[in-house]
Amino acid sequence: MRLAGGLIVLVAGLFILSLLSGYSSAGAFDSLTALVRDDASPLSVVMREIRLPRALLAVMIGASLGLSGAAMQGYLRNPLAEPGLIGISGAAGLGAVLAIQSGLVLIFPLALPLAALGMAVLAVLLILALAGRRGTSITLILAGIAISALAGALTSLVLNLSPNPFAAADIIFWMMGSLADRSFAHVWLALPFMVLGWGMLISLGRGLDALTLGEDAAEAMGLRLSRLRLMLILGVAACVGAATAVAGAIGFVGLVVPHLLRGMVGARASALLWASALGGAAMVLAADIAVRELLPARDLKLGVLMALVGAPLFLHLIYRTRKEMA
Amino acid sequence: MSLLTLRDLDVTLGNRRVLNGISLTVRPGECIGLIGPNGAGKTTLMRAALGLLAGTCTGSSTLAALSPARRARAAAWMPQAREIAWPVTVETLVALGRIPHLPRGTTLRPQDQSAVDDAIARMGLDPLRNRIATRLSGGEQARVLIARTLAQETPLLLADEPIAGLDPAHQIATMQVFAGLARSGHAVLVSLHDLGLAARHCTRLLMLHDGKLVADGPPGDVLTPQNMAQVFGISAFYRDTDAGPVFQPMEVLK
Repeated sequence: MRLAGGLIVLVAGLFILSLLSGYSSAGAFDSLTALVRDDASPLSVVMREIRLPRALLAVMIGASLGLSGAAMQGYLRNPLAEPGLIGISGAAGLGAVLAIQSGLVLIFPLALPLAALGMAVLAVLLILALAGRRGTSITLILAGIAISALAGALTSLVLNLSPNPFAAADIIFWMMGSLADRSFAHVWLALPFMVLGWGMLISLGRGLDALTLGEDAAEAMGLRLSRLRLMLILGVAACVGAATAVAGAIGFVGLVVPHLLRGMVGARASALLWASALGGAAMVLAADIAVRELLPARDLKLGVLMALVGAPLFLHLIYRTRKEMA
Repeated sequence: MSLLTLRDLDVTLGNRRVLNGISLTVRPGECIGLIGPNGAGKTTLMRAALGLLAGTCTGSSTLAALSPARRARAAAWMPQAREIAWPVTVETLVALGRIPHLPRGTTLRPQDQSAVDDAIARMGLDPLRNRIATRLSGGEQARVLIARTLAQETPLLLADEPIAGLDPAHQIATMQVFAGLARSGHAVLVSLHDLGLAARHCTRLLMLHDGKLVADGPPGDVLTPQNMAQVFGISAFYRDTDAGPVFQPMEVLK
């Protein structure tokens, strides 16, 4: 419970910092009052229509990725599992790339996230057909690898054949992942999917706890394994599909956050779910503040910074794990 | 009253008939040892009885007919693979056995905590209670996993080679826990290779050979020289002494 309180305070603090981060000379107090008071002043517009959706998206995406990562690790009983493993982020990325390349985004701005979500749904159908109701965790991983590889290959093909260098540059920058210039339209587009995904994944807590003892023992304790796997696929797909659709690929959150928090919840898979949701929100908020504060003049991409911070952090975790094993 | 009834249970895995026409009944008060050479079908028998092999078996099992939630309150299962995926404490791991009893979204109630404490005490795990389960030795982990099944407080307990890898004192203590459970009105079905312990602590033995139930009865009726020769290919020494039955495998028969 102390951990929950601490994480909530951390997320709330970073949320306010995120609202105060960016170009604008206004003071903190003025900015926050402008947020509450809808007086159509430029500051109020900045706060309400640029900063607020950005901070909200950071929380939503971070929570989705953290939660998905914890659920994947719990199901596969492997600390190296991450949300991208089932291929949804790769497929959503392909949808976005097609929307940019075809020029649809120029006609209709929400075409990009909608195309990404459409591809994510297609990938879910494919993974369900491949990994099926009777599938095991191994078939799920293999199906995910196949879908990731296919989506990656098709994305490369689009870039390869792109006649338009500007579209190619747009694609590359989009793929780096960012929360810049997002609006409430993105929030409302992603939120229903994410809420659905959160509900599904949080409900898996007890089953994931039982899986600590292996699939056979868990099934004998009343767990319906095929139902759990179906909920996991749909929940992770809804979370990751929506996150990728509005922000591009943001790696390492789903991998590192559960790893960081596992010891603090006594390694209980169910407790790790909500802890990783809060931890993920805090991590993405912090990274999104950092991209604005470190290089304000350059558009440093969130996904790039996350990988730059995440990879060494992950190496450190490996080092620590190695010491514990020895 | 029966806690488990199997009728004409057949299991086919791949093209191989692993179990062939198994019929038996388990009643309260029985501590049953399931014996047989490697590959005789002991694990398959227990998994099929629990309904974990749906789609590969014909015949009927009263446990497999229950809903998963009700079955989990009727029988506890300790698989042979001693899996502990995460570095949780011993107490947390034992408490997982309460999952089938907890209403959704609740934490351990006082009666759950007392079941956990009781299971930990029975397996002599009090000194290890706050240790990380994955850092214990193999034998200690086995005792923790047995305690988990005890905490499930089911009328029937099925365990697949639970005492393999335990030191002699803990092997005997564990068999005594099982025998004690049976005396208090539960039933235990346990597969094991230590026929000496089986002879001493089980009220009944089931002998499997090539997927068939070849003998079923009190240890003295099952561990006969003929059965030992035909099923295990060994000779053995068996006496009822003042200190209880003594069974010792002797030679491999050519």
